[in-house]
Amino acid sequence: MTLAVFFGCTFIAFGPALGLFLFTVLRDPLRIIILIAGAFFWLVSLLLSSLVWFIAVKASDPGDEPLQKGLLIFGVLFSVLLQEAFRFLYYKLLRKAIEGLVALSEDGCSPISIQQMAYVAGLGFGLMSGAFSMINLLADALGPGTVGIHGDSQLYFLTSAFMTMVMIFLHTFWGILFFHGCETQHWWEMAAVILTHLIVSGSTFWNPLYVGSLVPSYLLMFATGAWAYVLSGGCTQNLLQSLRGQQSETSPQPGS
Amino acid sequence: MLCELTRLGLRRPDSISRSALACGWPGAGHLFVLVTEPSGCGLLFILNFVSFSSGFCWANSVERKIYIPLNKTAPCVRLLNATHQIGCQSSMSGDTGVIHVVEKEQDLKWVLTDGPHPPYMVLLEGELFTRELMLQLKGSSRISGLAVAISKPSPAQGFSPGLKCPNDGFGVYSNNYGPQYAHCNWTVWNPLGNGLAYEDFNFPIFLLEDANETQVIKQCYQDHNLPQNGSVPEYPLCAMQLFAHMHAVTNTVTCMRRSSLQTAFSLNPEEVCDALSDYNVWSTLKPINTSSKIDPMDEVIIVATRIDSHSFFWNVAPGAESAVASFVTHLAAAEALHKVPDVQKLPRNIMFTFFQGETFDYIGSSRMVYDMQMDKFPIRLDNIHSFLELSQVALRNSSVLWVHTDPVSRRNESIQPQVKTLVEALINSSMGANVTLQEVSQSQPLPPSSFQRFLRAKQIPGVVLADHRTSFQNRYYQSMYDTAENILMKYPEGLSPEETLDYVTDTAKSLAEVATVVARALYQLAGGTGNTSAIQADPRMVSRMLYGFLIKTNNSWFQSIIKQDLKGLLGDELPQHYIAVTTLVNTTQLVQYVLANLTGTVVNFTKEECLNPEKTPNPEKEMYVYTWVQGSRDPNSTSRVPFCVQSTVHLTKAASPAFELKQWGSTEYSTWTESRWKDIRARIFLVASKELEIITLVVGIAILILSLLATYFINAKAHVLFSSPGDGGAVAY
Repeated sequence: MTLAVFFGCTFIAFGPALGLFLFTVLRDPLRIIILIAGAFFWLVSLLLSSLVWFIAVKASDPGDEPLQKGLLIFGVLFSVLLQEAFRFLYYKLLRKAIEGLVALSEDGCSPISIQQMAYVAGLGFGLMSGAFSMINLLADALGPGTVGIHGDSQLYFLTSAFMTMVMIFLHTFWGILFFHGCETQHWWEMAAVILTHLIVSGSTFWNPLYVGSLVPSYLLMFATGAWAYVLSGGCTQNLLQSLRGQQSETSPQPGS
Repeated sequence: MLCELTRLGLRRPDSISRSALACGWPGAGHLFVLVTEPSGCGLLFILNFVSFSSGFCWANSVERKIYIPLNKTAPCVRLLNATHQIGCQSSMSGDTGVIHVVEKEQDLKWVLTDGPHPPYMVLLEGELFTRELMLQLKGSSRISGLAVAISKPSPAQGFSPGLKCPNDGFGVYSNNYGPQYAHCNWTVWNPLGNGLAYEDFNFPIFLLEDANETQVIKQCYQDHNLPQNGSVPEYPLCAMQLFAHMHAVTNTVTCMRRSSLQTAFSLNPEEVCDALSDYNVWSTLKPINTSSKIDPMDEVIIVATRIDSHSFFWNVAPGAESAVASFVTHLAAAEALHKVPDVQKLPRNIMFTFFQGETFDYIGSSRMVYDMQMDKFPIRLDNIHSFLELSQVALRNSSVLWVHTDPVSRRNESIQPQVKTLVEALINSSMGANVTLQEVSQSQPLPPSSFQRFLRAKQIPGVVLADHRTSFQNRYYQSMYDTAENILMKYPEGLSPEETLDYVTDTAKSLAEVATVVARALYQLAGGTGNTSAIQADPRMVSRMLYGFLIKTNNSWFQSIIKQDLKGLLGDELPQHYIAVTTLVNTTQLVQYVLANLTGTVVNFTKEECLNPEKTPNPEKEMYVYTWVQGSRDPNSTSRVPFCVQSTVHLTKAASPAFELKQWGSTEYSTWTESRWKDIRARIFLVASKELEIITLVVGIAILILSLLATYFINAKAHVLFSSPGDGGAVAY
């Protein structure tokens, strides 16, 4: 659909992530490393789940439509569980890393806290997930045609871009929630992450009824976003204070 | 990694497919869609090491949602000669346009003036593909391309995109030789010729060969592009994109100069055009030693036909009446002559010649004459006793076959009696056969024929046999409609392919009669004294050849007479007879094998002896050519019984002397070249309105700016936002 759509969809899908990356991750090399490693962990989880699905598809009868649909649902389910498992593995890795960083530091304090790591790790997961969802479409968006000749909706590119944006945000918030749950042994937080991930991925099966997938995803995004904000030490008072531009009561901490 | 697309068996070394092939999986779930690149044959980002996925490449699922590729199409390509370029050209990245179906003349108005969404891609019915319409389209800037739907049945009024005066300026008639006959001043040979194939178009033109694909396009048009009650059709609209970018420009001189610069100075030469060239097939009745010249006193009678044709579109050249019927008759006559017992003792030799490239200013015959003049051919011009050419012979009106001669050379006192002898031999041979031979008016010039090139070099007595007295009977000369139906080949319904191969059509019988007459006349001319009534061409063999060269080359007879390792030679689609730029097109090879089979003898050699005849000493071996053919299939088993065929069939290069002499601007020899290209394909899809695209872009930019601002704000106020009151030390951010 030409360059306008290409850039439009890129900015919609990756604009917020770009902003987050530029302002919060780019300055600190440690955060960049954690971001890339997080992206890699997500990639490996996708690889393994794709392998399982691929083997299942090859072993089954390609003509059997309900079976293929069932295999797809199973694949999505398995992939979600595997992604969360890899998030847990990454958490374990980062915990070990913090011990190493503490040992290396001069003042016995890690230069980066586990909460910051959680945010960056989630962002890494989200970026790689977004890339895999969107790059393929963007390559085809450059051509002169738009989706629709077989009867699909014309809004395919736009809704995919919005879905990608919401997935990136969701992965970020899930990272924060999940790591917090692991830290404080609040198992319900981890269960909530898995459950919401399943709901969001499952809602994509409502497509092309885009209302059925986008609306629940955005609602869940706001909900998890609010929860993550609270867990990160925020509250409505702080929000109002910042909007009014007042100073906070506690002294500002360096390095953020 | 090179991905080559073979188009009708033609491999071009630089035809890299740029369609985004990737290995992916069907179905929804963007979780599993792989990343692809738009060029090359796709790269597997993740599962590169999964070897069992490598066999599974088709267009990725998003691309399949957007585009419908059109597979059964034929493009119009650019050909160049010394002074002009002809054909079509598209932009480098294809031409896109909104589809408009033109089924009657009035529909054209929408395209040229009324339509609100130019440029348009016109889908034209075959009946409307005329010169007037094309010139209207040519002048308009609102056309981005054209797709012609082949019309079934063929247009009743006839259609010929060739010139009214074919091969003008390269025959024998010029201002120095018979000026009143030059440039078709006396007879217009192809009055239906509209010269479309020799026009230059700056937009791509494709032929839609499959009626199902045409229906898909029309359905898309009806669903999206039809104006409803006079109102403007709304987006999204159905559009088509045609890719046919040609590399060569202007003329042969320019493109050959550029190509030679590339080959001389570049490490990775990018040539832009290739000369049209192939091979002539020739064979002699009595074997001759091809490594030396024949005795100057020996006399040879040359029988000639052309084996190629052309149409407006690339590699679409069924050429039934213009080429196939003639060379099939020639082959049948050669077979009939070889069966005569005392043929090896005839005083004169007969050379059966099949010229390739005659459609393009006599490439094959001009090369042979040049080789004869330069002493590079075993036979010299002085050895030629007479010349007999078979022009278009299939559409005889009330079984009359016309004998054309050259009026200028007949004024010569030594040539005139020889021509008379020739004509009399022909008329004598037609007694008792269902063929009436009549001479045309003696002041009429020769039709376009290979004989004209020989006359240019030396005055030789000769005739051209044709089914037309003045202008062509063929109403589809050099067009895509010159098919088996044009020569009235009709098969009854419900026959299997094997039965169709052996069924003898009326056309075959009529051509066999002509072959019989020709064979008998040749016997007499060669000095034969026996009774000629035993010389008969076999109608069954003629019918098999017509089936093989016009309907399906992949039949059991052709399979039994070719070499073992030539798998790509026989195909299931309709055979086409275009000279092309690759060497040895299918037609040339098949004519070679059929001629070897019909005129050669089976010898009892082993495979090694047959493939390496120089190993066993035998003076006779130098005169023959040995071919190891795979033989027919045993009805009980699946294996074939191969054998060795001894024949006198040779191939000589049919490339215009202009390229040997590097005279690319020559007006003496043919200078036709074909442009090179990278990518030829067509596809249809929907296009969205400009407004929707701009809205998407604006929304994207807005979200980008908003998110950058918000992030900056959140980052700046992070110490406020993320500090919980009373939480002194352990602040997260």
